[in-house]
Amino acid sequence: MHGNILRKNLVTALLLGPATVWLVVFLVLPFIAIAVFSVGERAPEGGYQAAFTLAQYANLPARATAFWNTMLLAPVGALACLLVAYPVAYYLALRAPARWRLILLALVVIPFWTSLLMRTYAWMYILGGRGIPALLAYVGIEDVRLINTPGAVLLGIVYGYLPLMILPIYVSLERLDRRLLEASADLGATPLSTFLGVTLKLSLPGVMTGFSLVMILLLGEYLIPTLLGGGKVFFIGNALVDLFLQSRNWPFGSAIAITLVLVSVVVLIAANRISTRVSGARQVDLI
Amino acid sequence: MRAFVIAVFAFLYLPIVLVVLFSFNAGHHASEFTGFSVQWYGKALSNPFLVEALKNSLFIATTSASLAALCGTAAALGLARVSVRTRAVFDALLGAAIVVPGVVIGISTLVALVQLFAVVNPFLASIWPTDQPPKLSLGYGSIIAAHGLFSMALVAMIVGTRLASLDRNLVEASGDLYATPLTTFRCIVLPQIMPAVIAGFLLAFTFSFDDFIVAFFVAGAQTTLPIYVFASIRRGVTPEINAIATIVLVASVLLVVLAQWQLRQRKQAN
Repeated sequence: MHGNILRKNLVTALLLGPATVWLVVFLVLPFIAIAVFSVGERAPEGGYQAAFTLAQYANLPARATAFWNTMLLAPVGALACLLVAYPVAYYLALRAPARWRLILLALVVIPFWTSLLMRTYAWMYILGGRGIPALLAYVGIEDVRLINTPGAVLLGIVYGYLPLMILPIYVSLERLDRRLLEASADLGATPLSTFLGVTLKLSLPGVMTGFSLVMILLLGEYLIPTLLGGGKVFFIGNALVDLFLQSRNWPFGSAIAITLVLVSVVVLIAANRISTRVSGARQVDLI
Repeated sequence: MRAFVIAVFAFLYLPIVLVVLFSFNAGHHASEFTGFSVQWYGKALSNPFLVEALKNSLFIATTSASLAALCGTAAALGLARVSVRTRAVFDALLGAAIVVPGVVIGISTLVALVQLFAVVNPFLASIWPTDQPPKLSLGYGSIIAAHGLFSMALVAMIVGTRLASLDRNLVEASGDLYATPLTTFRCIVLPQIMPAVIAGFLLAFTFSFDDFIVAFFVAGAQTTLPIYVFASIRRGVTPEINAIATIVLVASVLLVVLAQWQLRQRKQAN
């Protein structure tokens, strides 16, 4: 009996071993490393030098523009995504013909799993001088600048993260008990109040999941502001690439990275709180 | 509402359609389509730097997705056997691996590996019998490991979900009929979780193949396809990129369709 338990524990340890090593070596230790770096100093030739100072954190305002852009465009981008995504998710879950539903859903997922780099690069074409501005010049509207503007970055954000917003909302709408909609109508509610009181309310966990996921990913976004913002609309991600790969100021970069993670955690916790309070339900699992 | 949905789908697919269309453009410019030609495919595939980057990406994606599928599946099986508390710790770490932005994963992996090399390399040099000790550095290994972290977490979650819906009665019945645990695993559990494992592998492969930002930090001197494409875009758009983008898009679509199909099999089996 004793040997049996021992063997069972051994098998469990063997199964979990590789994943544990991976998580510790490539997630936990690296995180501790950047936490330690963030209170250190930049070595004269770049990199890190041991120290204990909060100077890096005090220096955060030096990258205020990157923080400001990110903190502004991440929620605005997520909100714009939501406004576009909700009707699509609603249509797919409640209105689309059953045999089309899965095909349409697959059509939403496919762009998300294809290269964001390639798709964002396509927008460089469309928004660039030979794209829409050339078409507009054709009908007499001259000198329209689209690329390298905050608007272009916002468009890229909505485009890139739309599928990630549609999916969780779709999942929560699809789980909705349709009898509730009928009951609401039977009790004399107008379509609008049924939507607000039943449909929207019950889909809020999905909305919160989508919103917080998109927002967290946007906080670390690099490609979209680089390619469509033309170096003018700098995000925290751009500041991090610059600090680690170009100016090699690792301690300052680490302090920014830690701050970024903390903001992400706050966003996640807030989303979870709001979601629980509003609907009494937990967030929808995405996978 | 239907018109809005159609417009959104057009919005989603417009850039993809344009890239594919212009990859067959005979002319040099993006502004006008001057005739059908496959010349850019020829030019792309005879560019040695591009082919090298493509090979690197294929190697890295295959290796990291395979490792992730193995370790992720093992982890999902292991997690079904541990206490609620241990499980919660693991779930939090796996969730973190998925949610932490790529830019932070890239940075922290870079920082940790550079520190590790600073300790290990002098040690190796001191104990090595010959003058040429092996030297650890950034490259294939670090990209594979960093991609694998996210992928493994993804596989563990997908397989874990499948395990949770597995019919326990079948496992018990198998035991009652005197099958060894190994036989039960091979004949009952494995066939049922296999579609989830394959789907996890395909999604992990796609992620690794497409990832730019994590690789950008930990690649060292290596080049992957997204890193090459990013560098070319910054140098100025060339039609060659359209051809490569089309190949990558078609390959990603096939893999995702395959993964979805595997997951569908799983649902039908229920």
